Amino acid sequence: MTPDQARDLLEQSLRVIVPDADLTGLPGDTDLRDRFELDSLDFVEIVERLSQGAGFRIEEDEDLRTIDAIVGLLSHGTPHPV
Amino acid sequence: MGDFVMPSLGADMVEGTFLEWLVSPGDRVKRGDVIAVVETPKSAVEVECFEDGTVAELLAHEGDVVPVGGVLARLEPAAAPAAAAPRPAPAAAPAPEPAPASALETAAARPAPAPAAAHQPPVSPVVRHRAHELGIDLATVTGTGRHGAVTRADLEHAASARSAPVRTPGVPAQARTTARQRISPYARRLAAELGTELHGIQGTGAGGAVTAADVRSAPAGPGPSAPPAPPPPAARPAAAATPRRADADTMRQSIAALMTVSNREIPHYYLTATVDLTAALEWMRARNRELPVEQRLVPSALLLVAAARSARELPELNGHWVDDAFRPSATVDLGLILSLRRGGLLVPAIPRADTLSVVEMMAAMRELTTRARAGRLRGSDLASPSITVSNLGDQGVESVLGVIYPPQVALVGFGAVSERPWAVDGLLGVRPLVTATLSGDHRATDGAVGARFLKHLDRLLQRPEEL
Repeated sequence: MTPDQARDLLEQSLRVIVPDADLTGLPGDTDLRDRFELDSLDFVEIVERLSQGAGFRIEEDEDLRTIDAIVGLLSHGTPHPV
Repeated sequence: MGDFVMPSLGADMVEGTFLEWLVSPGDRVKRGDVIAVVETPKSAVEVECFEDGTVAELLAHEGDVVPVGGVLARLEPAAAPAAAAPRPAPAAAPAPEPAPASALETAAARPAPAPAAAHQPPVSPVVRHRAHELGIDLATVTGTGRHGAVTRADLEHAASARSAPVRTPGVPAQARTTARQRISPYARRLAAELGTELHGIQGTGAGGAVTAADVRSAPAGPGPSAPPAPPPPAARPAAAATPRRADADTMRQSIAALMTVSNREIPHYYLTATVDLTAALEWMRARNRELPVEQRLVPSALLLVAAARSARELPELNGHWVDDAFRPSATVDLGLILSLRRGGLLVPAIPRADTLSVVEMMAAMRELTTRARAGRLRGSDLASPSITVSNLGDQGVESVLGVIYPPQVALVGFGAVSERPWAVDGLLGVRPLVTATLSGDHRATDGAVGARFLKHLDRLLQRPEEL
């Protein structure tokens, strides 16, 4: 998955919770929970969709706070590239 | 005999506004199927059917205000064997209808029931009308659930795969012949939230109905109206234009009324305890490594299970204060305070919450939250809770000293789970802690009972494997 595709997937997943979510122009270090006022249930839902869309399991202890962190994880395919 | 009536969805409900049918005449329904959507001041509510049977006649129309107990539809009981025979070919189902407009809509909405339906795996009511909302024909979706059943996830996939607006040329023309634009309530809600102009949107749902997906793919905001000539404003459902605003006001007012009563009549006492969640969170992380992503737990699930079990242990706190006396509840129906993105809050109930496992509680919380936020609670979600939990941890507050929902007699509050210094065995350590509070009605109980509640809650959370 390219970083652009990863960003798209993230945006689509966010829109399930926040219908008008728009990542355009947001800096990569934007904290998603703060920016979109997500609670822990929302976040679980988003991670589930990211995991489905990316086709691999995302572990709970991954750092997924920012746009960059998520795009990095999705586009590398594995949480910790060797 | 077989009347389907406007249910009472809360003690204060006198009447409801009928919004939408999810069934057509001739459809077979089972007890528990969601068959209609009704608007109350608090929310749009999906109403379940209470008996098995066949839909004989739909009496209520969109926008009708019907008193509690008023007949919405006539059902033929399932038992009557004769009922099966006079249904000839399924396609011919909607016989002559009295009102020409609704006949047209019904015919348009049902493109001919798939005769293959009999061999297909059962479709859950939730899936069925999520499909309805999304305007997806279930027969076209490949199921990945048990026995090939179509799951919600399948639907969402189908919806997102259906790239942007699929505009079937035939459908809009057909839709225009009906007197007014058909819009699903959820689509209308979404449009109000997004500021999307509804007319001019071509519906892709059943019978050309505008669905949520159509709204999402339409240009947002008060922009130039879409190219095809929009129907005249008069064609819009009259009641539909304004209710969002009014709803927000009504919700505010009903919260105001209830909280005023609580503060005036209930002598509250408050107790606070700090609970070490080290064991609980370690257990949760271990579980999460085994669980599929879609069942992953959050700390709230453990906190709610612990609260529900503690309420069972302390029945003096689980029930209602009515006519100057406490009436204990036979079951623990846990109210969950959910704040809505558009403001206001809902307090749906998780019935028999003390009997749920942590995984089941997590699923219940997620379903309830999804339904509440989509503005689509079920009748059964609005059962009167016997005790309520306010969980404001995600908002970062340390503790919640809550206001009891009358006629309940207790409210449990949870603040944020955060790492703080904590003395363990004479040493200072850093532990994940949560502040649990109990607001009690001093008419019903004394502080000692509340203290036992919090102590029990703490004890449960120290042995999460037993939850």
